[in-house]
Amino acid sequence: MRNLASLLFAAGLGFLLMVFGLQFDFGNAPMLVGQAIQSAAPDQVGAANIVTSVVLGYRGIDTLGELAILFAASTAVGLILGNRHTSTKQDPDSGVILRAGGELLMPLLLVVGLYIILHGHLTPGGGFQGGVILAAAFFIPVLARPSTHLKHTGMSLIEGFSGAAFILIGLAALYSGGEFLQPLLDKGVIGNLLSAGTLPLLYLAVGLKVGAELAGLLAHLAAAETSES
Amino acid sequence: MILISAAIVVIMLLAAAAALLFKNHVAAVASVGILSLALSLLFVILKAPDVAMTEAAVGAGLSALVLALGLRRLGLWQIEHTDTTRRGITDPGSQRDA
Amino acid sequence: MNLPSLDVSLDLILYTGAFGLIVIGAAGIVLARHLFRVILALAIAEAGANLLLVLSGYRWDAIAPILMGSESTAPMVDPVPQAMVLTAIVIGVGVQALAVGLAMQVKKTYGTLDMSAIRQRLEADIAGNAGIATTGSQDAPLGERPLPPVDAVPATPGSSTP
Repeated sequence: MRNLASLLFAAGLGFLLMVFGLQFDFGNAPMLVGQAIQSAAPDQVGAANIVTSVVLGYRGIDTLGELAILFAASTAVGLILGNRHTSTKQDPDSGVILRAGGELLMPLLLVVGLYIILHGHLTPGGGFQGGVILAAAFFIPVLARPSTHLKHTGMSLIEGFSGAAFILIGLAALYSGGEFLQPLLDKGVIGNLLSAGTLPLLYLAVGLKVGAELAGLLAHLAAAETSES
Repeated sequence: MILISAAIVVIMLLAAAAALLFKNHVAAVASVGILSLALSLLFVILKAPDVAMTEAAVGAGLSALVLALGLRRLGLWQIEHTDTTRRGITDPGSQRDA
Repeated sequence: MNLPSLDVSLDLILYTGAFGLIVIGAAGIVLARHLFRVILALAIAEAGANLLLVLSGYRWDAIAPILMGSESTAPMVDPVPQAMVLTAIVIGVGVQALAVGLAMQVKKTYGTLDMSAIRQRLEADIAGNAGIATTGSQDAPLGERPLPPVDAVPATPGSSTP
């Protein structure tokens, strides 16, 4: 009975969404804001990747709020799971192939992650993607060798300093007479690595913060007690 | 183009249904990973390379890792079906992977 | 090879994908009997919502929002929904990790992840802490569902049933 009602609900929801969705003129987005941003971004921000200039320039405060949400989530996970008890049973260490593979992968992932972060204003990619890859790079050795731990103090330091750097760059823009998080410095030539003012610095801060936060979150999950079912 | 996106959409919907219908939790997490991968391909077709990259790194990589780690810590990690008649989730002697 | 006539348009296929994911996710959240499936269903519904947002900014004959060279005359797809989806995906994984952590605590406290058992115990706990008798369920006749035995799992402080 309950299942039937739920299935009816799902079918009704699908029908409703479909009716609404097919009202939209697909492929001809009105794009009022998008058009304005597209024509103004090369002069105002100077990043080749328009999405980056939206994320960090025009909607920078949104990104700050997003970082705050991520921080709240990772803090809440730490709060819920609590500290590790030393008596907790651990997973056994994995075999030699996984350990060697993990040690081999870590520097490669670090390089790829930093590359993606630093080229965020030129090519697809940026702080979020690169930060996730950095978190994976720091977490893979823990997966291969569960007896090792990530250093929580170092992670929190990186996280705190990069978060503070993001806000300080925003405040510096405010101090120099612009808006909060407005790009400073020289715009440079579009397509060069050193262009788009402070955007690469902001994305570096975002990347380090996301990477440290997610790595800490994964470490908390990995250090939690295994419950037997 | 239509054929490719239709194939990707079919894969996506099948993976989503499989994630809810598979008895084995590890297989369900794997199908969520497949869903994310197919979705990132679709984002490439929709000319959103940034989003595709994020979805591939986060959805197929980190999210699957979080879910698999959660399975492990919840004691639901079980690769082989020892008994097909029972729900794998209530098996008391949770079998460890090799 | 003669393919069947393709009179379905691209937008119908893509909208079917997005709404299909949202509906499957919503149905999973409502119907799932296991707490972990609810988390998976949440992830599926979120993927559908992200796809819908990206679809809303798509334009025919447009290029990806990246400047190649210095000219910017070619039409581009809308960058604003893409930027929103970018942040939504990363928030999604944070929410997912939080949900997994909460599920771990539920497992530790109640010893089960079955939705109906959790709901029953939760109601019993709330009623016990408030000092009132548990109300019977509307589905089952009165008296058919007894309170769960108190010593089924190690008792935790603050969860005593009367």
